Amino acid sequence: MTGVVTARERGLVGCHVCGLVSRAKHVPPGAMCPRCHAPLHRRKTNSLTRTWALLIAAALLYLPANLLPIMRTVSLGNVDDNTILSGVIELWRNDSWDLAIIVFVASIVVPMMKFLVLGTLLVSVQRKSRWALKQRARFYRLVELVGYWSMLDVFVVALLSALVHFQVLSRVEPKPGVIYFGLVVVLTMLASMSFDPRLIWDRKETDD
Amino acid sequence: MTEPEQPRDERDDLPEPVVQKRRVGISLIWLVPLVAAIVGASLLVHGWLGQGPSIIVTFQTAEGLEANKTQVKYKNVVIGKVTQIALNRDHSQVKVKIDLEKNAESFATKDTRFWVVRPRVGIGGVSGVDTLFSGAFIGADTGDSTDEQDEFKGLETPPPVLHGQPGRRFTLHSGDLGSLDIGSPVYFRRVQVGHVVSHALDENGKGVSLQVFIDGPNDRYVSKSSRFWNASGVDVSLGADGLKLNTQSLATVLAGGVAFQSPNGPHDDTPAEENTDFDLYNDQASAMAPPDGEPRYIRMRFDHSLRGLRVDSPVEFLGINVGKVVSLNLDYDIQTQRFPVIVGAVVYPERLGKAHQKLMAAAIGRGDTDWSQMVGRMVEHGLRAQARTGNLLTGQLYIAIDFDPKAKPVAFDSAAKPLELPTTSGDFDKIQEQIGSIVDKIQKIPFDTIGKNLDESLKQLSGTLKQVNESLAPEATKTFKQAQQTLGAANNALSNDSPLQQNLGQTLQELQRTARSLRVLTDYLSRHPESLIRGKGKDAAPAQASPPPAAPATSTNPPQGAKP
Repeated sequence: MTGVVTARERGLVGCHVCGLVSRAKHVPPGAMCPRCHAPLHRRKTNSLTRTWALLIAAALLYLPANLLPIMRTVSLGNVDDNTILSGVIELWRNDSWDLAIIVFVASIVVPMMKFLVLGTLLVSVQRKSRWALKQRARFYRLVELVGYWSMLDVFVVALLSALVHFQVLSRVEPKPGVIYFGLVVVLTMLASMSFDPRLIWDRKETDD
Repeated sequence: MTEPEQPRDERDDLPEPVVQKRRVGISLIWLVPLVAAIVGASLLVHGWLGQGPSIIVTFQTAEGLEANKTQVKYKNVVIGKVTQIALNRDHSQVKVKIDLEKNAESFATKDTRFWVVRPRVGIGGVSGVDTLFSGAFIGADTGDSTDEQDEFKGLETPPPVLHGQPGRRFTLHSGDLGSLDIGSPVYFRRVQVGHVVSHALDENGKGVSLQVFIDGPNDRYVSKSSRFWNASGVDVSLGADGLKLNTQSLATVLAGGVAFQSPNGPHDDTPAEENTDFDLYNDQASAMAPPDGEPRYIRMRFDHSLRGLRVDSPVEFLGINVGKVVSLNLDYDIQTQRFPVIVGAVVYPERLGKAHQKLMAAAIGRGDTDWSQMVGRMVEHGLRAQARTGNLLTGQLYIAIDFDPKAKPVAFDSAAKPLELPTTSGDFDKIQEQIGSIVDKIQKIPFDTIGKNLDESLKQLSGTLKQVNESLAPEATKTFKQAQQTLGAANNALSNDSPLQQNLGQTLQELQRTARSLRVLTDYLSRHPESLIRGKGKDAAPAQASPPPAAPATSTNPPQGAKP
């Protein structure tokens, strides 16, 4: 990996939108792609700071998202508030272990993985670590790929709340937890978007 | 391509604003975690502030309770939630931890009561049906106290009266509980106005005390002179006006109930104060009766069988129920070798009402100090007890105390305890014996053979009548026909134009003529009596000329004419 020369070292910059490579030793703010007029920058603006900020915000919101109930099920007057974890446990107890695993992976494993992966990436980039470059890049792609699957829970709650409306017989109401959970997912997605994977490969100058 | 190159040449002058822009950018993006932190903190603070006191309630069982699910409700408003259920150390009870809400802080005070609301089905009714689907919840009720407390003993049954409910409690005393239970209704004029809230045995174990709660505003009808009675079951009475079935309501037939009413006549109408003690009577009649006063025990000795007399059989004085039999014992008299029956009875002299008052006044006036002395005087005047038949069909006996003017004087010991009342054998016993012997005799009559003989006789009679019908009837018809013919002939003979009639007419004319000539003869004879000897004179010619044919007849047959 050490032998790889980056575009930045060569004095080149690529357009994010149309992919046109321009020659530029220095890219000032306001620089545009000569072909599609999209703004040009060597690295995403304030990538590390933004990612950190969004990640920390997501982590903060992850606590209420897990502690507060996300859904209230009322069936025949029997009121049942469920948090994410209690829902998983209930599914498991009801022998729906397949569903339990899906919900567990989508709602707990994936967000946790995002925190870990993004955190690791940020720390390693800031330290200019040359450790496991390819694996880190692969992890980043994985995070990008599975990020939105965490919205599964939010959709489930939204769907159930809309569909299950049988007055006294049974009713599903969303609870505040689901909002926090949705925010967590959105924030982690924004964080992974604002992270510039090219930073992984940068060696010295962290200009922008 | 060309644009980026130019600023590169003047690079040393330009970086300053870029750095500043970067700083602004940093602070802006950090707003996101700041907002998240504020939200999180506000949630924390809200949760911290919104958390009410945590209390522990012990129950016998956690049936129907679930941690983090079971709610605590007061007047159907959620005031808390069960957060933990655990056994206590010796496993005898269940400790239920409840997190009360902030605004329900006042429930963590001394008088608060907690109980589990489960569906309950009793004879008196069904409650907590809504919990069938929603699961049990814990009910709470506040009290007056403001002393904080965080450990409570849960009630096993819902409290019958909630705090602040208008109404009053009263205590009733009874010999036994009967079919009453907590929740049994209390009726006033057949309107349910309250219910039994608790019952407990008295300290000495000789009775039961019941607490009843009369709901407001009907509690004002409980006056100081109110009488309570047990209205359980069905009251069947057979009186002169027929069979009477009396009950407060259908529910009391099964579940029991209490009724109260003020006695008839003048009474104290002031509403009774809370927790006033009342007696609970067994039935309405005894409740509404004037107070019995002090019971007196008497003993009677009967020398004949008392079949039909039972414990609780009435004791009557001149037809008024004054007490009841309490014991029946057989004794043995060695001297006479007989088995007398000793009857113990309790009598309430005050049931005699005015008579009793006057008697007492008179007794005091005479200087009698004791009730027994008064009885002694009455015994001198012929007061005797008698076992009489109260019911001919069942043969039930009752004790009648009556004055018998013919009674032989007996010794009376007014100091004996209990007082022994002399007895006489009942008149009815003799009558009964006589009726018995009559019945015996009737039984001896051979109704069977009589019936058989009668049956045979009737059969013979029937045969005879048949014969009569067959043989005698035609004969009789014949006879009747002949008789008719005979009568027809007689009729012909007697008719106007018959020869017999004509002959008779002629004969009668002849007789008339004879009579006339006879008169002439007698006239002549009266004028000429000598002619009987001398014969007829000559001047008799004119007379001769007019009736010539009669002359010879009269002259020749004078006795003949006199004969008819």
